[in-house]
Amino acid sequence: MTTLQSAIRGIRPLTGRGGERRPGPVVFLVLLWLSLVVAFGVLATLIVTIVLEGMPQFTTRLFTEYPASSPDEAGARPAILGSIWVIATTAVMTVPLGIAAAVHLEEFADQRNWFNRLIELNVQNLAAVPSIVYGLLALAFLSMLGVRDKSIVIGGALALSLLILPVVIIATREALRAVPAEIRQASLALGATPLQTTWRQTLPAAVPGIATGTILALSRALGEAAPLLVLGALVFVSFDPNGLLSGYTTLPIQIFGWTGRPQAGFHELAAATSVLLLVVLLAMNAVAILIRNRFQKRW
Amino acid sequence: MTSITARKGGPGLASGHPASPSPSPSLRGRRRPGEALAKVALRLAAGITIVTTLGIVAALLVPSLGFFAEVPVSDFLFGDRWAPRFAEASFGVLPLVTATLWTTVISLAVAVPLGLGAAILLSEYASARLRKVLKPLLEILAGVPTVVYGFFALQFVQATVLREWLQLPTGAFSVLAAGLVMGVMIVPTIASISEDAMSAVPQALRQGSAALGANRMQTTLRVVFPAALSGIIAAVVLGVSRAVGETMIVAIAAGNQAVVVTDPLQQGQTMTGFIANAALGDSRVGSLEYDTLFAVGLLLFCITLLINAISIALVRRFREAY
Amino acid sequence: MTKSFTKSAVLTAAIGAAALMLAACGGQPAAQSPSAAAGDALSGPVVADGSSTVAPLSEAAADLFRDAEPDVDVTVSTSGTGGGFQAFCAGETDISNASRAIKDEEAEACAAAGIDFTEIVVANDGLSVVVNPENDWADDLTLEQLQTIWSPESEGEIMNWNQVDPSFPDQPLTLFGAGTDSGTFDYFTDAVNGEEGAIRTDYSPSEDDNITVQGVSGDIGAIGFFGLSYVEENEGAIRAVAVDGVMPSTETVQDGSYTPLGRELFIYVNNASYAEKPQVAAFVDFSLENHQEIAEASLFVPLTEEQVEVAQDELATLR
Repeated sequence: MTTLQSAIRGIRPLTGRGGERRPGPVVFLVLLWLSLVVAFGVLATLIVTIVLEGMPQFTTRLFTEYPASSPDEAGARPAILGSIWVIATTAVMTVPLGIAAAVHLEEFADQRNWFNRLIELNVQNLAAVPSIVYGLLALAFLSMLGVRDKSIVIGGALALSLLILPVVIIATREALRAVPAEIRQASLALGATPLQTTWRQTLPAAVPGIATGTILALSRALGEAAPLLVLGALVFVSFDPNGLLSGYTTLPIQIFGWTGRPQAGFHELAAATSVLLLVVLLAMNAVAILIRNRFQKRW
Repeated sequence: MTSITARKGGPGLASGHPASPSPSPSLRGRRRPGEALAKVALRLAAGITIVTTLGIVAALLVPSLGFFAEVPVSDFLFGDRWAPRFAEASFGVLPLVTATLWTTVISLAVAVPLGLGAAILLSEYASARLRKVLKPLLEILAGVPTVVYGFFALQFVQATVLREWLQLPTGAFSVLAAGLVMGVMIVPTIASISEDAMSAVPQALRQGSAALGANRMQTTLRVVFPAALSGIIAAVVLGVSRAVGETMIVAIAAGNQAVVVTDPLQQGQTMTGFIANAALGDSRVGSLEYDTLFAVGLLLFCITLLINAISIALVRRFREAY
Repeated sequence: MTKSFTKSAVLTAAIGAAALMLAACGGQPAAQSPSAAAGDALSGPVVADGSSTVAPLSEAAADLFRDAEPDVDVTVSTSGTGGGFQAFCAGETDISNASRAIKDEEAEACAAAGIDFTEIVVANDGLSVVVNPENDWADDLTLEQLQTIWSPESEGEIMNWNQVDPSFPDQPLTLFGAGTDSGTFDYFTDAVNGEEGAIRTDYSPSEDDNITVQGVSGDIGAIGFFGLSYVEENEGAIRAVAVDGVMPSTETVQDGSYTPLGRELFIYVNNASYAEKPQVAAFVDFSLENHQEIAEASLFVPLTEEQVEVAQDELATLR
């Protein structure tokens, strides 16, 4: 039978004593479905309008050309490369740190200690701080170091690393938590030290969960623009980034810049770049979910 | 993404899993200096999170102290004229706060019904197969970058829907367009956490209710909903905090005019919008303009901290232990 | 399990290395470039910041310059004329774009920091007052009417077009314009309200003139101001009005009849950067040599012949 049929059949007995006829519950169900329809309808509208608007600009020029004064000559090449640079740097900075912190909190810290409970609470608070505050933090930090030009790759990576660190920690902790205690205990029983247990048994078992969480966190960092704006990243960049201290721009920043321009051609460019960004994010999310589904061990 | 972050990002969802006990000294055997070193390294890594928080507080506080040395706190909090960079400067933050309030309220008005509706559908009515299809779709909604949402708000919602189709008396930017789209953006947050909370309610409660003759709607509204209330409150409060902290959608679509917002069809500049806009200019470290940026940032941080704290307190009050 | 962990680690490292390699490969010049006048290919950064009015000119220059010298990295920021000078006098930029002349305080700050600079006029501009295309009543505004609309005393008071002139319809007035870091702001307030920085504060300020265009084009009762190049760039979206009977155009700007809003646009070059960084010197020389082409590409009012001579003389002092 078709999905629709099975969906309806799945729902019908759920409306109550089979064949509910009173208006109340039926209206309720209709409203529930309506909420889903509206939410997905808006999403569909967004995707359709952006794809339609960006179509004329979805050419190879988008990938190979630099921003220009005329929309017919402009491309998002520095933004693409800049995003790769910034995200790669962010990953290198955040992932080892986040995993290490999570391992400590989950495996080695005494949970009853007030200090460690404070850290836990702290991490949860940090995850809810607005992203622009992380931009301010990076701004202050770089000012303190005396860095003049803050729109450099390492500056943006710093802001984004701090932003997603709590997310990586939380995801890693959850992955570690899913590994049964028996695995650890068996390892210890066989004479391994706690560190060996963690390194050789617990962590490898948690890798799929960690990978999923990390990829999702990085995909969030990829879509962020606010912290980078505060660092002054909205700049006309006509070259490829060439180092950690190089100027840069990223896909979201480029989209923001082009959205601000009144000419229709730039809006088309912004739309096309948005499509590109969405495709990349979708791919990352798909990879993360794939890893979760295929490699997640069922204990 | 939302499912992982949201589940653990919600405040008050305490961890219950005990740490693995470390072996007693007599079993430690051979001394391994590498072990101790590694453990210290791990502890340092965890300490970075404390450093980050302290860093945020310090980074916001120091320039703010400079700011409040020049501008009285009462002028800042209660003044209604925000003109920080003009010759006749004024630092009353109320215009920014009203704009933030409007966008937050509008976005909640959209997100709470839609999010709760989706959550109830997913947890109470949908079959496993349907859930497998719908949940990833909801995650896509969460994955759209806010820049793209902002672009959509400006181009489609404001220009096409509000001005062309509905012929509303509004200009190129409006608080309403930004708020509406922000609401859609927050739907997955509220839906995901609420759905988790409702799924966690034991089946026994539902069965008991059905046995007493309630239909599914009554069961949902009168049994499941109250039982999951703490999680649902956490979800809504997290949605509020996301709305307050959202930058790009308002920076693109809400406009730049920092006046007290009385009508959602007019422009407004939120706290985050001001920070983003001011950052586009140039502010010398140590100048009053630079300090203003951080004073508003401090206010924003305090507000989100407060919202978080309220959420934790509410969750603790309404938590049902099973 | 150790194997899969190692495998994932290796995989991650491989992806990371591939990404960096891709980025590095992308950094190398793609095609053969026409050789520059100087011969050897130049490389290095040229940092320009300042006016968002002048920025399109710099961007057009950077576009054309890249064909000649693909290894030179030109960045153009738009922190506003004032913001640009702050960065310039701190030694952070090589070139400061300005839509007004440098102020005395700013020149002193530069001197105090040991920054010697050269002022070069790169184009002319007619600071235009613009309204929505559907606005059919304001074709010609007098200076007094502009003062009524924009002066500090009008804050909170003048909220409707019919308060500006009784013959105008009952239409709420929405104001957009440059922000306080902008040279356009300084020049406009000085010319219209008689004092730099004097303006009502309940308008929508932005350092980015593009936002002003968006705002004015979206509201029938809107009014804004920015440089002529933005007017010509966005012809369908907004409409310029005549000031005291004179419409801004290349002719009226060059012959001085568009007044008091006719002005010159400048770049300020850090002398030390010019002397020590060949890529900066090359870029500045290139901008002046090809000023006509650049002005046409970015829709600016080109320099008159006299102005070109003066600029050449200024450049000569640098070499």
